[in-house]
Amino acid sequence: MAPVATPFFFYLLSALMLVGGILVITRKNPVHSALALITTLLAQAAIYLMLYAPFVAGVQIILYAGGIMVLFLFVIMLVSIDRSIKERQFNSQWLIGVVAATALGGLLIAVYTKGASLFPGGPVTVAAEGDNTQRVASLLYGQYMFSFEIASLLLLVAIIGAVVMAKKRI
Amino acid sequence: MQSMLHITTLHYLVLGAALFLLGVIGVLTRRNVVIVLMSIELILNAVNLNLVAFSHYWQSMPSRLGGGPTALHGQIFSIFVITDAAAEAAVGLGILIAFFRNKETVNIDEVNLLKW
Repeated sequence: MAPVATPFFFYLLSALMLVGGILVITRKNPVHSALALITTLLAQAAIYLMLYAPFVAGVQIILYAGGIMVLFLFVIMLVSIDRSIKERQFNSQWLIGVVAATALGGLLIAVYTKGASLFPGGPVTVAAEGDNTQRVASLLYGQYMFSFEIASLLLLVAIIGAVVMAKKRI
Repeated sequence: MQSMLHITTLHYLVLGAALFLLGVIGVLTRRNVVIVLMSIELILNAVNLNLVAFSHYWQSMPSRLGGGPTALHGQIFSIFVITDAAAEAAVGLGILIAFFRNKETVNIDEVNLLKW
């Protein structure tokens, strides 16, 4: 099935993502930031669907919006936020930070305007549909087997590291 | 106007760049460690968006260049980035809990032991 009203949904979801991102970095209360970040992640999952990546979209919702953000909310619950809300929210280098980010943005705009000819304007046609998960799996367990095992080792290290860090006495 | 209404790979890249910049601003300017970690998640998501957009673009390339419908390498890489983000969040939040236990604050400016 061909996608319908792609520009409309693209701009709607991009607006959702950007508003969510702006809210993440401006809110005082970390809980509000976390909720805005969840909005951004869900909108991004919808954009993955527009890009014919349903498996990544599912992983995004289950792992990011369901797993990592719950972890964030639990930690926000564990550390007391009453005091940090009353404090100054931005550090003294906020001007330098914004200038550095603007410079980086200018660089990206320059690269994209120079390289616009690299990306043909026509809509991208994808033949494969419906077996995306199967193809991802055959790549993941075939060509990328070794990376997959290394990723599992990384997760093991992260589990041990998190437990050690959160222990009462190290 | 026509270029506005044809959604191409470049549109996704620009969206990813905007999200990346928001994350960078958050990391550089916020004082709350929790929000700094959330900004890092924003950055990683921007990277993921770029990877999936390029994967989609690559699928329309001819097979002799390594493209074609089975060229899902960008999506694989984005799954690895998500794994990485999960590991980073777990360790980062563990460090945050240890830090909060020692200093009773979540202000990142207080982490200045190694500051010159």
